[in-house]
Amino acid sequence: MATSTALEETQTTPRLSHLRLLEAESIHIFREVAAEFQNPVMLYSIGKDSSVMLRLAQKAFYPGPIPFPLLHVDTGFKFKEMIAFRDSYTKELGLDLRVWRNEAAIAGGANPIKLGTQRCCGLLKTTALLDGLREYGFDAAFGGARRDEEKSRAKERIFSFRDRAGQWDPKNQRPELWNIYNGKIGPGESIRVFPLSNWTELDVWHYIHLEQIPIVPLYFAKERRMLVRGDSLIPVEQPFVKGLPGEEQWVRCRLRSLGCSPCTGAIRSDADTVPKIIAELVTFRSSERANRVIDHDQEGSMEIKKREGYF
Amino acid sequence: MATLLEVPQISPGGRESGDTPAAFSIAEFLEAEQRKDLLRLSTAGSVDDGKSTLIGRLLYDSRNVYEDHVRSVTRNLGGTAKASIDFAQLTDGLRAEREQGITIDVAYRYFSTERRNFIIADTPGHEQYTRNMATGASTAQLAIILIDATKGLVTQSRRHVYITSLLGIRHLVAAINKMDLVDFSAEVFRRIEQQFRDLVGQLGNAEVTAIPLSALDGDNVVEPSTRMPWYAGPTLLEHLEAVPARHESGSSSFRLPVQRVIRPLPGHAQPNFRGFAGQIASGSIHVGDSVVALPSGRASRVASISTFDGDLEQAGAPQSVAITLDDELDISRGDFLTAAAHPPQVASRLEASVVWFDGRPLDLRRNYLLKHASQTVGVRIAGIRHRVSMQSLEHEQASSLAMNDIGRVEMETLRPIFFDPYRQNRITGSFILIDAETNATAAAGMIEGLAAGGNAQATLERASAVHSSAVILVQGDGLVSALESTLLDAGCSVVRTRRHDSGLWRGLLGLGVITLVEGDARRQGSDGRSNGESTGAQLAIFSPDASRGGRSGIAGSPSDAEPHFEALLPAEQASASDVERAAEIARRLRQKTILRSQAAEGHA
Repeated sequence: MATSTALEETQTTPRLSHLRLLEAESIHIFREVAAEFQNPVMLYSIGKDSSVMLRLAQKAFYPGPIPFPLLHVDTGFKFKEMIAFRDSYTKELGLDLRVWRNEAAIAGGANPIKLGTQRCCGLLKTTALLDGLREYGFDAAFGGARRDEEKSRAKERIFSFRDRAGQWDPKNQRPELWNIYNGKIGPGESIRVFPLSNWTELDVWHYIHLEQIPIVPLYFAKERRMLVRGDSLIPVEQPFVKGLPGEEQWVRCRLRSLGCSPCTGAIRSDADTVPKIIAELVTFRSSERANRVIDHDQEGSMEIKKREGYF
Repeated sequence: MATLLEVPQISPGGRESGDTPAAFSIAEFLEAEQRKDLLRLSTAGSVDDGKSTLIGRLLYDSRNVYEDHVRSVTRNLGGTAKASIDFAQLTDGLRAEREQGITIDVAYRYFSTERRNFIIADTPGHEQYTRNMATGASTAQLAIILIDATKGLVTQSRRHVYITSLLGIRHLVAAINKMDLVDFSAEVFRRIEQQFRDLVGQLGNAEVTAIPLSALDGDNVVEPSTRMPWYAGPTLLEHLEAVPARHESGSSSFRLPVQRVIRPLPGHAQPNFRGFAGQIASGSIHVGDSVVALPSGRASRVASISTFDGDLEQAGAPQSVAITLDDELDISRGDFLTAAAHPPQVASRLEASVVWFDGRPLDLRRNYLLKHASQTVGVRIAGIRHRVSMQSLEHEQASSLAMNDIGRVEMETLRPIFFDPYRQNRITGSFILIDAETNATAAAGMIEGLAAGGNAQATLERASAVHSSAVILVQGDGLVSALESTLLDAGCSVVRTRRHDSGLWRGLLGLGVITLVEGDARRQGSDGRSNGESTGAQLAIFSPDASRGGRSGIAGSPSDAEPHFEALLPAEQASASDVERAAEIARRLRQKTILRSQAAEGHA
């Protein structure tokens, strides 16, 4: 488990590198939440940020166990490789994984083509998340969101207060100073906690590289069956994702962020190792959420989703 | 959507890839990243000083903005104008601000250059959002203060300099913007610079760099201006890359606020492992060093510094570690491990500067919760020394502090705390105040030192002598107020709440306060744990928790069990006045030794 890099760094240089500063800050956050809340949970999305969060949680409580369960909100449209990775990795680490699905909506045939992305996300992600949190009575939920992802996230606190309905009020956030977090809540209220707030996408990849953290193979380039429309590459996994004749092609590509297969575009890429992904990133001029169909459906759409309870 | 530029072909080794002559070497890149450090900075300016434009320009010119973000703000201009970029829109995040055209909340931005990584806390300068400026400044090592060259120093600028000085920022940049509107006049620049230096000199000893800018056109932001040949100093980015980013707390005495005690999984090689986990607030520690645990005052030596990546021989601020000791000491969350030779101060009567955040003004009769390092303790503000006028920066008398006020207060914590003055240690000298009724973060504070007459030992005994913690359920507004007054007059620390939440009560029990819960106790006791009688006042008793016994009050230590209730006021008292009933409750609390009489305190 130990990486020689980490040891050398802390023992030979008095000054901590940028990444080790971020790591120390995140570990502090994990420990504060575990100490101050009765029933915390980590929202586990299976993506690279979740993988980094898991490693940080391992470090925060080592040699003890991670003292909270993981909750995955499953829409039923996640990539098969994501689910396989989720099950094997959490089992390997001996973690308590809970899975929550909005079964009623899934049984009712909810999908983004039929409902549009906003309503589909509302039912399968936001509603499912809030129901899952309520069902288990979680009072604090770790999420992997970073402030560099999107403009409205730049203003998010590390401890983000949610009212009884799970909603976020961007004009009434608790001031957050130094490394002191106010975790006081009333009955039914909760806190979303973002230990990776100050990490950038590049930091996350760099850390995955340094720490050799396992990630879902979908991040690595290979030949995949894609629906090609303009600049977009939409994975062909669900039966309702159908292209016009000739639109379905084999393309060497990878996913830059993981979501539901019908709404997550791939990018053409040859990057099949973490260093190659980092190299691609530093020469790449588009933000990682640009391939998410859902962020573009309305001006300021991420902020609207957050007010309603989506991450 | 996603635009893919030409991606160079790279082999993980980097150099040997012959087919790309100008090959980007990932190995070299990663090595360079390892050497980069981090500078945290904050920005402040008045409305229309061009702050968002400056940050947008800084990000754009240093190639830290994604193409899709640029396209989205270019499109917003409406399409008739020639495609130009609205730099301010790159950073203004929330819908409300887009509608008002002003930044209203702290936004964090990330960018990097070949030398350094940066975190910018972009803080609003508008008057009612002073609190956000303090928030952004709390973690910053450098502050950029925007000044409009056409206006010079304004009241806002004075306020901004004052707040950065209060929060201990050592490096200030006077970013004198809109130089294009004053014909790039050296004379205007030098006059404003001198005024700025005079102001900073009055308030402290921060290091000042003044830079003439045009954020809109990019002059002296990243590239040197060709229109101000009289200016020979660095551009803004050059200065940001060059300023020392040392972590000031690394050289002072060792402090570790314990966040949690870590015990291993069953079957671990060291079944008796007890790791005191926390983020080192200052100084460094070696295996074998002597440390003192506070509040017990017991000494031991560091047996190991444990991390997931293996044991360390030494560690320093701000690393997060777990420390094991040679001796078995009773240490828990909220305690400190400190250098044996240089312990922090211990006191419960403190003097502090506070920035008031909450819409509810400071109430000297109420108790607040003070969160300091990893502990939370009840606190009462004993008095206000002065308020600082945000117009003149002069001290004025005040009986309260309202939102965005800054003042100097004396306060008394219910238990002594371990601290260093803020100017010596930003982590062990800072705190927040939490409103116990609303849970809002009411204020942020910086400890200046002991309050006059605040002898540590004396206050320690007094604080523990008056009463122990308890939760009392009280019915009737009149009775609640009468009881509160009675207890306050007896020198007690009292919290009122309407929340029927045993988790909250347990938390308050741990803080040493007497909590008055308003309303009908039977709501809580519907499962039969309550005696069901509406007697006016009941004591909530929690089953004691053996492991943490002795810290909390007679009403029991925090445990996971629901409380049961015991009548404090019998039915025959129901006809008496509220004041009489309150006195009777106080008498019964004395019988139960929750309250101590003043006479007994004198002998303690």
